[in-house]
Amino acid sequence: MIDNIVEFWNVTKKFGPVVVLDKMCLQIRKGEIVVLIGPSGSGKSTLLRCINALEMIDDGDIIVNGINTQDGGSRVRALRREAGMVFQQFNLFPQMTALENVAFGPRHVRSMPKRDSYALATELLTKVGLGDRGHHYPSELSGGQQQRVAIARALAVKPKLMLFDEPTSALDPELRHEVLQVMQELAEEGMSMIVVTHEISFARKVGTRLIFMEGGKIVSDGEPIRLLDHPDNPRLREFLQHVH
Amino acid sequence: MDFEWSAVVDALPSLFKGAKLTLFIATVGLMGGVVVGGLAGLMRAFGNRFMNAVALIYIELIRGTPIMVQVMFIYFALPLLMNIRVNPLTAAIVSIVINSGAYIAEIVRGALLSVNKGLREAGIALGLPSWKILLFIIGPVAFRRMIPPLGNQCIISLKDTSLFIVIGVGELTRQGQEIMASNFRAVEIWAAVAVFYLFLTGTLTLILRVVEKRMRML
Repeated sequence: MIDNIVEFWNVTKKFGPVVVLDKMCLQIRKGEIVVLIGPSGSGKSTLLRCINALEMIDDGDIIVNGINTQDGGSRVRALRREAGMVFQQFNLFPQMTALENVAFGPRHVRSMPKRDSYALATELLTKVGLGDRGHHYPSELSGGQQQRVAIARALAVKPKLMLFDEPTSALDPELRHEVLQVMQELAEEGMSMIVVTHEISFARKVGTRLIFMEGGKIVSDGEPIRLLDHPDNPRLREFLQHVH
Repeated sequence: MDFEWSAVVDALPSLFKGAKLTLFIATVGLMGGVVVGGLAGLMRAFGNRFMNAVALIYIELIRGTPIMVQVMFIYFALPLLMNIRVNPLTAAIVSIVINSGAYIAEIVRGALLSVNKGLREAGIALGLPSWKILLFIIGPVAFRRMIPPLGNQCIISLKDTSLFIVIGVGELTRQGQEIMASNFRAVEIWAAVAVFYLFLTGTLTLILRVVEKRMRML
């Protein structure tokens, strides 16, 4: 129980009449690198967004690091600090430099003094290979660099879990590897991660668990290499043929 | 006809007095308008159904009636309705406040809603409370987008002060009218009045251009 970082209990999520998550049950342990794949509209992004309560669920319970996502304001904000999120479109704050973007979270949600937050931001930017880009605005950075700043920004509030929502889908193929590289290093440090992606090679190389979703349900769930080499389900087999 | 420069020179002290009053009404009125408009715009963009309805009624009421009628109502009708005396200058300033406020509310709403939804989500995902997201993330981006339409509104409101001639406020147009009535030099006086307005709006335009250049648009 105690080392589950995320638990879904009979979770149902609807958008109007459309059921996006259908009585979903799922447990994710600390340290797991879960890769979520599936056709578009299968509910994988929604599942991710429910974990930090960006979407409200209609039924069931989601427990993240011991906090129910349906608890009130300050409890949910505390939960979100433990679940850093990286978006497909980066969503960096355009009026702030890379350094200010990363320092913003610690200053405002962890009440860190300005100097310490900038020191931390510099350290994190260096970690993602952008130590010399701190004073650039997002518009002056490439997509891959922006996404790496976004990862640093999410890490700055010291989350226990990182959520990646198609982090490389908006990037040119030659810029993807620099983001995937940072994610792999993060995984090797033992960070718990849930990654929605189409990067099958990342699932194979870095993932400890692969989940294939379709129609709001988990169709396959298991070890990435085994599932990718010997798909146990005809729908997964078909899907893999299309993304390979 | 001859252009009588001496008529212009003689009029200058009065016109300067009028211009000062015009500038005063416009400045104070617009400052109030920004407060009222900012509040109403926030209510429209993020308020609940009730706050939204209140703001919408205010905006539609003001945008749907001429400012001339609004001044007349404040100056002549309010005293009868509520038994309060309103002096002309107060009526003039209040008119600019409520009138510009309605237009500024829509400017504020538009700018706030134009900010990419992803920025708000990024703020939420960091665990920030809503007011911090508004103040530090959405606000600064939206503010930059408000500058051009706000400049527009400032110029419109500045010129709208000329309507207060009807309630006897001694602003620029009124001063021109009074001088004209005594010396009948219509060409000289109205040309001079026009140049005064051009100077005021021109200065405003210049300030706006500098501000826009200083701030990176996002």
